[in-house]
Parts: sequence; structure tokens; C-alpha cells
Amino acid sequence: MGGTFLFDGQPVPFEDGQTILQAARAAGRYIPHLCWHPDFPPHGSCKLCIVKVGGRHVSSCALPARDGMEVESNTPEINGERRALLQMLFVEGNHFCPSCEKSGNCQLQALAYELDMSSARFAHFFPDRPVDASHPDVLLDFNRCIFCELCVRASRDVDGKGVFALTDRGIHKHLVVNAESGRLADTDFAVTDRAADICPVGVILRKRVGFAVPIGERKYDRASISTVAMEKGE
Amino acid sequence: MSDSIPMPRVRVATTSLAGCFGCHMSFLDMDERLLDLAKVVEFDRSPLTDIKHCGPCDIGLIEGGVCNAENVHVLREFRRNCKTLVAVGACAINGGLPAQRNHLDLGDCLQQVYVKRDGVEDGGVPDDPELPLLLDRVHPIHEVVRVDYFIPGCPPSGDAIWTFLTDLIGGRTPRLPHPLLHFD
Repeated sequence: MGGTFLFDGQPVPFEDGQTILQAARAAGRYIPHLCWHPDFPPHGSCKLCIVKVGGRHVSSCALPARDGMEVESNTPEINGERRALLQMLFVEGNHFCPSCEKSGNCQLQALAYELDMSSARFAHFFPDRPVDASHPDVLLDFNRCIFCELCVRASRDVDGKGVFALTDRGIHKHLVVNAESGRLADTDFAVTDRAADICPVGVILRKRVGFAVPIGERKYDRASISTVAMEKGE
Repeated sequence: MSDSIPMPRVRVATTSLAGCFGCHMSFLDMDERLLDLAKVVEFDRSPLTDIKHCGPCDIGLIEGGVCNAENVHVLREFRRNCKTLVAVGACAINGGLPAQRNHLDLGDCLQQVYVKRDGVEDGGVPDDPELPLLLDRVHPIHEVVRVDYFIPGCPPSGDAIWTFLTDLIGGRTPRLPHPLLHFD
């Protein structure tokens, strides 16, 4: 059956079962997101995809579209809230872009460009998060984790391994590896796993390819994340 | 601008705190546009003039984060004197490379470098009273003073600094469009 809703004043068609975010994307309208991925069910944790429906904030990745809805997304108010969420993610971890192999391919960084974030505004936490270089093919740099759980979901639901998990709560929440030693080398994780290339930021890094594509020529260096997402479906 | 009525030139001060002077080098990457800039700008305290203290200025450009007591004094001097204060580059904005020591104990760092390091004999942590005291953590400058604008990048390109300064001096709200806004 489906129907039509208004997205920033423009009619967007949808099919039954489609979320606001899915229908908007199908109509070429980009909504910022970090924990959402086209291959996975919605997670609703990053809140970057918040939109206003009838004056209320909702996660557009999780709310099914309905006929006649009026959705506000690309407005100064909502983009300001999205920017504040990004700034909190930046200060909670150690996001030192100049030394990160993922720079230019990182969705957190690309969204910061997209939403005009020129500083992290809040006081930085500078947490102590040692890296795990034990695996022969993959480096884990926990400093950059944004708790989207894409690696957790990919490893559990696609690879059938359950290599990753989040533990503790609130400000103490952190990513762990399911091994007695806590080391990636002591799991059955493989570089061919879906979880190995799902990280939107620079936590799960393939070894020996770090700067094969130089800084400045990467995915989001020339085109904005909204353009890349709409043209390539990523 | 008529030749007979000279316009007062915009006074600009620049300094590097806990930085590498890379942002100042990037400033010089404006190349021949520096000559255009020199027509409307006069430099106060800056490595370019070697003036030691900052007087009243329109724009202050700060490179680097705050890692020691002297950085705090210099930064406050700039904030007191500059109508508009700008954080230039990753270190001023988020601490950058020097802040990578922030999760380590400062005493351990000093011991490791000056006492325990291989090849060091009769070492000791430098304690000359002329040396500024290190802070336990490296701070982005906005944690110490109010900052009006931020130019990200490590370093920001000459184009980014040029775009920002010409907008600011021209009375337009400075905004770096996507290709110029970079964190790396």
C-alpha cells in the first residue's frame, strides 16, 4: 500500500515497512547516521538520524514511515543537535585525526565536515584505551570507538562468531574482545570476516594497507558524506 | 580604497604555544597572496616580527595547545589584547600530538625521557627556574580562554587560512566549505 509523507516540505513516497530513513534515501534525501547500515536492522543508538515528526524527536532509522507525516530533518535546529552529539563523541574518545589511518574514510570525521563542526567545544576526556595489535592481520584501536555495535552485530549475526561485545554501562561502556585474554589473536576472528570492514571509524584496521591510498585522495576528502552516500549507496 | 585617505590597517598577532610551527609554515603557504594581505594587515607580536609582547590587536591567531605555565600566560595576554581570537590547527583545537601524553603520568614521562632512557648517564629532570613548569595535561586553548573561531587541520592549508582571514577582515562570517574543512 504505502503512501507519501512530507520530508522537509517535499513529498517522499514510501512502501509499507520502510522506515523514514530508508524511504528518504530511496528518494535521494540523505539523513546523517553512524550506527545505521543498509545491511543491518536499525540499532537506534547514535541518534545522529534524529528528525522531528509532529514536533517530537524520533530516530528516523527505526520509525516506520506513515502516510501524511511531516518530517523535519535538514534544519538549523536539528543539525545543531546532531553537531552537539558529534562533539560529545569526539571528546569521549581520543579522535586524533592527523595520526589515524582511517582519516578521509571515517564517517565520524566526514559527518563533522558535513555538519560544519570546527571544534569539539566541550572539555576532552583523554581516556586511556590501549590498542590491541596481537592479531596478525588486524589492529584494534579502541581510542576511536563510538559504540555503534556494527562490529558486534556483524560478527554475531553474519560471521556467527561473536568476537566483539560492549561491556559496562554509561560513561564506562567500552568495546571488548570475547577471549579470556581479551586479545583479538586469541579469537577465531579473520580478516575476511564481515566484521573486519564494517567499522565506520578507525577501530578495526587492516594491517599493511594503512596509507596505500594517500590522505587527500580518500572517500570523503573530495566529496561530502551526503554525496557519497546518495551516489554509492553507502 | 583611495590613496589619499589611508584606511587603518587590521592589526594581527600570531604565536605558537605547544605547536610545531607547521601552522605558521602553512600561513606562509599563502605565497604571493601574503603581499595582498600585507596591504590590509599590520603584524603585532608574531614570529614574523619578533615583537615580544602583544599589544591591542584586532585578530589573534593561536597555534598549538597549552602544555606549560608560559603557554597560559601568553594565551591570556592574547585574549586580553585581541578582539577576535582564533584557534589555528589541531593542537590549538584538541591538544593534538602533544596531548597524546595526557593519559600518561607526567612524572613517569619525565623520568623516562631524562633519567631512564637508554644512553643517559647522570641524567636528571631539568629544573632550571627559567624553564616554564609543565602542566599535568595538555589542554586545547578553548579550555583556558574563550575562543571566537576555529580553523581545523594539521595544518590547515594556506587556502583555508586565506579564505578565513579574507572573510573575517571583509566583514563576512567566516565559514570553511567542505574541501577546506579538514581535520588531517
